[in-house]
Amino acid sequence: MEEFLQQLTNGLAVGGIYALIALGYTMVYGVLKLINFAHGDLFTYGAYLGLTLLTSLALTDRLGFFMGVLVLVLMVMGLVAVLGVILERAAYRPLRESPRLSAVVSALGASIFLQNTLMLIYGARFQVYPDNILPVTALDLFGLQVPVMRVLIVLASVVMMVTLYLFIQKTKIGTAIRAAAIDQGAARLMGIDVNRVILLVFLLGPALGGAAGLMVGLYYGQINFTMGWVYGMKAFTAAILGGIGNIPGAMIGGLLLGVVEAMGAAYLSIAWKDAIAFCVLILILIVRPTGLLGERVADKI
Amino acid sequence: MNRFTSFAVALFVALMAVAPLFLNAYYVDVLNSIGLYGLLALSLNLILGEAGLFNMGHAAFYAMGAYTAAILNTRYQIPILWTLPLSALVAGFFALAVARPVVHLRGDYLLIVTIGVSEIVRIALVNDVFGITGGANGIFGISRPELFGFVIRQPQHFYYLIWGFVVLTIFLFLRLKQSRFGRALNYLREDEVAAEGSGVNTDYYKLTVFSLGAAWAGMAGTLFAAKMTIISPESFSFWESVVLFMIVILGGAGNVAGVLLAAFLVIGLPELFREFSSARMLVFGLVMMVMMLVRPQGLLPAKGRQFSFAELNKGSLR
Repeated sequence: MEEFLQQLTNGLAVGGIYALIALGYTMVYGVLKLINFAHGDLFTYGAYLGLTLLTSLALTDRLGFFMGVLVLVLMVMGLVAVLGVILERAAYRPLRESPRLSAVVSALGASIFLQNTLMLIYGARFQVYPDNILPVTALDLFGLQVPVMRVLIVLASVVMMVTLYLFIQKTKIGTAIRAAAIDQGAARLMGIDVNRVILLVFLLGPALGGAAGLMVGLYYGQINFTMGWVYGMKAFTAAILGGIGNIPGAMIGGLLLGVVEAMGAAYLSIAWKDAIAFCVLILILIVRPTGLLGERVADKI
Repeated sequence: MNRFTSFAVALFVALMAVAPLFLNAYYVDVLNSIGLYGLLALSLNLILGEAGLFNMGHAAFYAMGAYTAAILNTRYQIPILWTLPLSALVAGFFALAVARPVVHLRGDYLLIVTIGVSEIVRIALVNDVFGITGGANGIFGISRPELFGFVIRQPQHFYYLIWGFVVLTIFLFLRLKQSRFGRALNYLREDEVAAEGSGVNTDYYKLTVFSLGAAWAGMAGTLFAAKMTIISPESFSFWESVVLFMIVILGGAGNVAGVLLAAFLVIGLPELFREFSSARMLVFGLVMMVMMLVRPQGLLPAKGRQFSFAELNKGSLR
């Protein structure tokens, strides 16, 4: 039972990270019907920017651990959001009227470019987050010893997801995003500036992805310039699992995937860990072809 | 085909035919890789370009063919070129089994499922599934191919084997495109609902083209195994699928010439960028982006079908 609960909390932490990245995929897809393959690399930028800011500014020494990390998260989110907007301007905006797959290749090119920029700056080796500034103590939750970092990550991802959900559902701007996702043309006729919506989506998605990158750095302590592909692929799987374009779907998909993966690695086989996520995906898509919360789209005739 | 293009094609074929006589072994080997990727990209072009099915896991079928050939050759001493049809069958039936439950999925869902399948295959190979794939080390000691008693050993000889197969493929695929089957695939790509409404059995065509493309990739895998004499799972990673996907879209989905041109660019350019050493992939990514921005339709987009009245009257379309 102890082992099971440890794996469950671990799965929730990883799942929260997947969910945050998946939100970026699903929001961009919702509005532009584009798979942003460079999103995983924006996530990696979050991890590397976090490392640089953490070591160069010594935020945790000046502000204490919690304030320091909070400021760090906000800085990383802001910077990665700016990167996301630049990416949209450079790689996607000129292709908005082109065949969909052209944008996919442009996204793949952007992904390779971003990845190799990081490699040239930081080198190809694993980078290590300093371990002396992170709390290593375990928290006692009803008799279960859970590392503080894990609890923080679960809490932070839940807070971000709830905030995003409320923003999308309750505010006027959120309504505009949902409207643009349903029908861009009609949204434009209703006086919604679709270009601003797209800009906003490319601010929000990368910001969350960047935060997720920082979390991976803080949680595992090790980052690599290629990790964006692996996490990006898992997060994209999560987004599809939940029904792409659907925001609560991405959250549920991410958490589910994280937990299933942790359980599979613990009880089935660690060597097959990466295959488990895809097996679950295929099984779910066979039963529900549009994902867990995806709506059935009738083909227009 | 107007006079200029026929001249260009003839010149190109002539140049390719004598190229190994003038190039050193290194460049012949680059041309061999281009040929193999061209072959794979042509087979993916059937699925992705002609039928419009998003397949980003083509490396799985390539791996199936390569491993089938390698296992049959090293365990049962079957000459490597004799395994070609078997590799095609294994890869084709695997594709059929995989695609059967998922082929009706909408575009992007199919994309991630094919990525998933190729990752599952790769992980299965790494984990030495059934104890026959040799795990992460792969399989080595594959024998050299033999053709009518002649052992193919040097890059120059492989050049003619590989490009000979490419020429055969181009011929067959161009014929296929002109056939009823090819027209049905294009109809499927342009408008699935309308195709179904006009009596095109969409599931049948989707599954057939998936299996056919996969079988061809399987044969390319056999040639790869014969050329390398050693294969390991890392040769069939997600990256390979991505490269093939980029070749097809960059070249102009559905056009054989465009796909081959893109194979030359995507596989050949990084070799020319060698002097940039570590920055060459950065340049590669940038070039991909810029090429797509400049020519969103692909370098040589497929032209629409044209039929002359005389032809139509003869009823040659049946």
